[in-house]
Amino acid sequence: MEMVNRPYAAAFEAHAVQHPEVLCLSADLTSSCEIDGFRDRHPEQFLSLGMAEQNMLSFAGGLGLAGFRPFLHSFGVFLYRRPYDQLVASIAYPRRKVRLMGFLPGVTTPGGMTHQAIEDISVMRTLPNMTVLEAGDATEVESIVAEADTVDGPVYCRILRGAVPRLFDTPLRIGQMRVLAEGCDVLVVTAGITTEEAIRARGALAGAGVSVRHLHLNTLKPFDAAQIVDHAASVRHGVVTLENHLVNGGIGSMVAEALAEAGLARRLVRLGLQDTYAHGGSRPYLMRHYGMDALALVRAIERLTGQSTGIDEGALDAVRVEAVHSAVKAEAL
Amino acid sequence: MRNEKSTEEVARGIRARVFEHTIRNNGGYLSQACSAAEQLAFLYNEALNLGPSTMPMVPPPFSGVPSAANPLYRTGAGYNGPFDAVYDRLFIAPAHYALVAYACLIEVGRMAPEGLEMFNRDGSSVEMIGAEHSPGMEVHNGTLGIGLSTAAGLAWGRRRLGHTGRVCVFMSDGEVQEGQTWEAVQAAAHHGIDNLWALMDVNRQQCDGAMDDVMTVGDIATKLRDFGAVVAECDAHDLAALRAAAATPHPGRPLIVLAHSRPTQGMESLMSRFPRLHYVRFKSEEERARMNAEIAAELGVPPVPLETH
Repeated sequence: MEMVNRPYAAAFEAHAVQHPEVLCLSADLTSSCEIDGFRDRHPEQFLSLGMAEQNMLSFAGGLGLAGFRPFLHSFGVFLYRRPYDQLVASIAYPRRKVRLMGFLPGVTTPGGMTHQAIEDISVMRTLPNMTVLEAGDATEVESIVAEADTVDGPVYCRILRGAVPRLFDTPLRIGQMRVLAEGCDVLVVTAGITTEEAIRARGALAGAGVSVRHLHLNTLKPFDAAQIVDHAASVRHGVVTLENHLVNGGIGSMVAEALAEAGLARRLVRLGLQDTYAHGGSRPYLMRHYGMDALALVRAIERLTGQSTGIDEGALDAVRVEAVHSAVKAEAL
Repeated sequence: MRNEKSTEEVARGIRARVFEHTIRNNGGYLSQACSAAEQLAFLYNEALNLGPSTMPMVPPPFSGVPSAANPLYRTGAGYNGPFDAVYDRLFIAPAHYALVAYACLIEVGRMAPEGLEMFNRDGSSVEMIGAEHSPGMEVHNGTLGIGLSTAAGLAWGRRRLGHTGRVCVFMSDGEVQEGQTWEAVQAAAHHGIDNLWALMDVNRQQCDGAMDDVMTVGDIATKLRDFGAVVAECDAHDLAALRAAAATPHPGRPLIVLAHSRPTQGMESLMSRFPRLHYVRFKSEEERARMNAEIAAELGVPPVPLETH
């Protein structure tokens, strides 16, 4: 699998230089959000707002009022927890064209509770006027920049940084989920980094005779409930959601709401953080510890089908070559 | 726009209208009219370069919040004139001053007196805490402390666009208890945003009472200067002093004018309620009648005719 180094950096610069009304804002995490090169090459389009997120969000609202489209760069968690009031009053309510670029979604950071955005989808999707996107591979990181900038209103994006695998060869399009497999036993719904986990699991599951239907979501709001329901109706045993987020309020909840509102009775297993905070650690460790990896998905599917697959850790495809990942990884925090 | 009235007359009119409204409705933001009447009159009648209102004299009813499904949504900023590059913009950061701001709009001929009759009525856009869609408002500022940041962003953008119009924020001193205010000042100073200025009503009052009892804030002027602003101080009720303070040069920095005011200016009878002045609601019909007579006499207006029971 191809690993792409810092896809956001190149994609943002390519887009911003074509659009002078796009501004690059940073809150003291410039290199951590891969915009240090842009800052150095295009200082007239870059605004350092310092470690002051409340001001940054309202300031961005003011820039939006003046007709600019500011891209705010920080760790996702810093874009909504402290400045939640500013997010609502200065950005979401007035539908400013502010692009919130949230790096290090979920457990992709070893920074622990303070750095892990584990309820961002839940918070953002409940805000009227907000669009919520999530990139799941290098191609989606590359295409999310221009796509987000088409939104007539604010948009929050979960961005992957550093070395990112390329899974897809077509760009992210808002509202268009990807159907990665069209099996008939179990529906698996993933987004972001959990899609790669599901791809690993699928290889082993096929060998065990389990037919998986796999959907990759990159648009979390607006949420295409009708299509989810159609896919859920076409599988025999039920649905598994696997998300890099709390299951409450996130994709698990979104799918549950969709099924309930459609009156479609299907068993649903929601994988992700189960009403708990996480702690600091490596991504593979955290995904294993909190039941968010390929093995957890296999076990959930076994619960739905009632049949053991015989799949163990060794049987799961090693889709990701960790040595390559580590060698080109951005700095730890 | 041509000034129909002197700024002193506008200020007197603001106090009279807010007084009448408060007595009639047995409650209102009366103290804010006392402290801020000259300041808002000064802004609308002299200091700001505003075009003629683009909105109807009688405010339209509430027409929905911003959403993709509401393409005709508009704010109340049109009462301050069009968004042309040469015109100034005004944010009322403490949206609780809305009643005073509406009274000012009437006095300067931008809103009909009927507008105040719609205050805090269901379905009206003339809301108690000024909303984006309320007359004279452009952004939501009801959560105190966010106005200066928004104005700084707008001012930075307007400078980049080559606008000559400035951005002004009417602030309250209680907002210096919010950390965001300091974030905004440091950012405006860091980025040299000097098409931004603020007029702060330093009345030393807040919802719970006197600021010194609620949360001591120390020397606001020194703190603002340390964060990078140019600060001018004046008596809020002395128009000549306001003019001089607002004319303070501030190249490369935002200007913040601290207008030291008295929360009972022009209505000394209110001192009997001190320090509970944030929202005046009369405790009894007796107090209401007494205030009606006493304040009317101070303002030189007839008492408000009250319904008989």
